[in-house]
Amino acid sequence: MSVLVLAEHHDGLLADATAHVVAAAQAIGGDIDVLVAGQDVGAIAEAAAKLDGVGRVRVADSATFAHQLAEPLADLLKALADDYSHVLAAASTTGKNVLPRLAALSDVAQISEIIAVESADTFKRPIYAGNAIATVQSEDSLKVITVRATAFDAVGQGGSASVVPVEADVSNTLSSFVGEELAQSDRPELGAARVVISGGRGMGNGENFKLLEGIADKLGAAIGASRAAVDAGFVPNDMQVGQTGKIVAPELYIAVGISGAIQHLAGMKDSKVIVAINKDEEAPIFQVADYGLVADLFEAVPELDSKL
Amino acid sequence: MKVLVAVKRVIDYNVKIRVKPDNSDVDLTNVKMAMNPFCEIAVEEAVRLKEKGVATEVVAVTVGPKAAQEQLRTALALGADRAIHVETDERVESLGAAKALAKVVEQERPQLVILGKQAIDSDNNQVGQMLAALTGMPQATFASEVVVDGNGSEGDKLKVTREIDGGLQTIELALPAVVTTDLRLNEPRYAKLPDIMKAKKKPLDVVTPADLGIEVASRVKLLKVEPPAERQGGVKVGSVDELVDKLKNEAKVI
Repeated sequence: MSVLVLAEHHDGLLADATAHVVAAAQAIGGDIDVLVAGQDVGAIAEAAAKLDGVGRVRVADSATFAHQLAEPLADLLKALADDYSHVLAAASTTGKNVLPRLAALSDVAQISEIIAVESADTFKRPIYAGNAIATVQSEDSLKVITVRATAFDAVGQGGSASVVPVEADVSNTLSSFVGEELAQSDRPELGAARVVISGGRGMGNGENFKLLEGIADKLGAAIGASRAAVDAGFVPNDMQVGQTGKIVAPELYIAVGISGAIQHLAGMKDSKVIVAINKDEEAPIFQVADYGLVADLFEAVPELDSKL
Repeated sequence: MKVLVAVKRVIDYNVKIRVKPDNSDVDLTNVKMAMNPFCEIAVEEAVRLKEKGVATEVVAVTVGPKAAQEQLRTALALGADRAIHVETDERVESLGAAKALAKVVEQERPQLVILGKQAIDSDNNQVGQMLAALTGMPQATFASEVVVDGNGSEGDKLKVTREIDGGLQTIELALPAVVTTDLRLNEPRYAKLPDIMKAKKKPLDVVTPADLGIEVASRVKLLKVEPPAERQGGVKVGSVDELVDKLKNEAKVI
C-alpha cells in the first residue's frame, strides 16, 4: 500500500495544510510520497521533504502546472496514480477542484473531506452541513480522498525525504490562467489560526470590522466573517467561515454579531472554545457557545479590546 | 448556444435534519424538499445568458427518483425551455450522476454545462469536475463571474472568475466547458405563478440509466450515519470582565 499526497502551496510556500494531510496519510498506513506540482517549486519541495513520515517528494516543475489548473494537474495525477492505493489532497479549493477530476479519469469514486480514518478503506466524513457524520467504505482499488485539514494534527518537521523529479508528458490546451486578485493580510491564515474572531451582519458595515482588529492583534487571531457579512459587502469572500466558505477549528472562536445559522456553524463548531457576543439572547449561536455575552457589540468589543 | 443545467432535489436548507434511530441514514420521511441552493444559482445564470441573447436554449436535467420532477418543473418555471429526467431509485453518488449527465451531454451537445458547486446534502463538491473529466471538457469551479466571449460558437472562449482560498482567480476555457456555481455568482429569482402554470406544459423527457447504457449504483458503501458529538452546554456571562476572567482562568485560551 502506498499513498500519494498532493502538496498544497501558494506564493512559493508550502501550505500548512500539507502537514495535516500527511498525518491523515500516516493514519492510513503504507509508504507516503508527496507530489509538488507547479512552476519554480524547488523551495516548496525542500520544505515538503522535511515533513515527518514522507518517504519521497516527487516534483513536477513546469509552466504547464503553474497556477495548478485542474486539467493538467488531474492528467499528471492520473499518470502517477497506478503506483498508489490512495491519492490524498487537502479539502482546499485546489484539492476540491482537481481530485474529483482525477477520480472520474480513473473511474473511481471520490471521498470528500474526511475527518477520520477508520481503516485503509473506511472513513468518516460530515454530511448535511456537519449535522450528521457518515462512515463510508470504498470498494474501489484506488481511493481518491480529500482531507479536512483541521481534523488531523500536523506532522512534525524532522524528516529528510529524497526529492525526485517527475517526467510526465502532460500538455494543456483546454484552459489558461488570466489573473488573480489575492486578499492581502499580515494576520495568520484563517484555516490555521489558533484564534479566530469573526463578525456578522451585526457589524453593520465594513468599516466596523476595524473594531475587531485590536483584539485580533492582541490574540494573534485571524479575522473571519459570516456569509451575511460577505454578502452585504462588508468584507471579501475569502474571509467567510461556513459550509460554503472555510472550515476552521481554532482553540478560540469569537463570534461577534453572528446569529449562528446552521451553515455558519458547519464551519466553526469544532472549535475548542466558542465565545458569542450578540445582543439577541435568543440567537442560535448561544446554543453552541461555551461563553455567551448578551450585549451590544459596539460597547462590548471596545471594552474587551481594552481589557485584554 | 445551448446550455445544459443540472439540478438536484435535496432537503430544504432550513430544515434541521434528524438521523434515523438505527443509524442507517438521515431521516427524509415527511421532510420538506427543495432545489439545492447552488443549483438555483446555476439555473439563474443559464436563464440570464438566454436573456442576454448568448444562450438559445436552456435544458434542465436531474438524476434521481420520480419526485425530483418537481425540481425540474421549478427550473422550467424559472426559465428553462425543456427538461430531462434520468429516473432511478438507486442511491446515486457523484460518479454515477456524472456518468448519467455525461450521456445526456453526448446526446444534447451543449456548449456550456452549469452545475452547482456542491449539494447541501452529501456536501461532496464532485459532480461538475467529474462530468468535465468524463466529457473531456475544461472546468471552472466555484464561479463568481461568467463571461462568454462571442455567442458561444466553436472556438469561442469562456472567461470565469473563481472563488479560491486566497481571493479570486480568473481563467479562460475553450468551449464546450463545465462551470460550477459559487454563492456570489448571482441572486436567483423567484418563480412567478403564471410561469409555474406555463412550466406544466413545457416538455419533460424521462429516461432511465439503462436507456443511457450506464450503471449509476455507488461503489461507496454507507456503513453508518451518526449525529455529531454534542457540544457541552455553555454559560452566559454577565460582563466583559467575567468573560476575560473565564477565558484566562477557566478555559485558559488567552
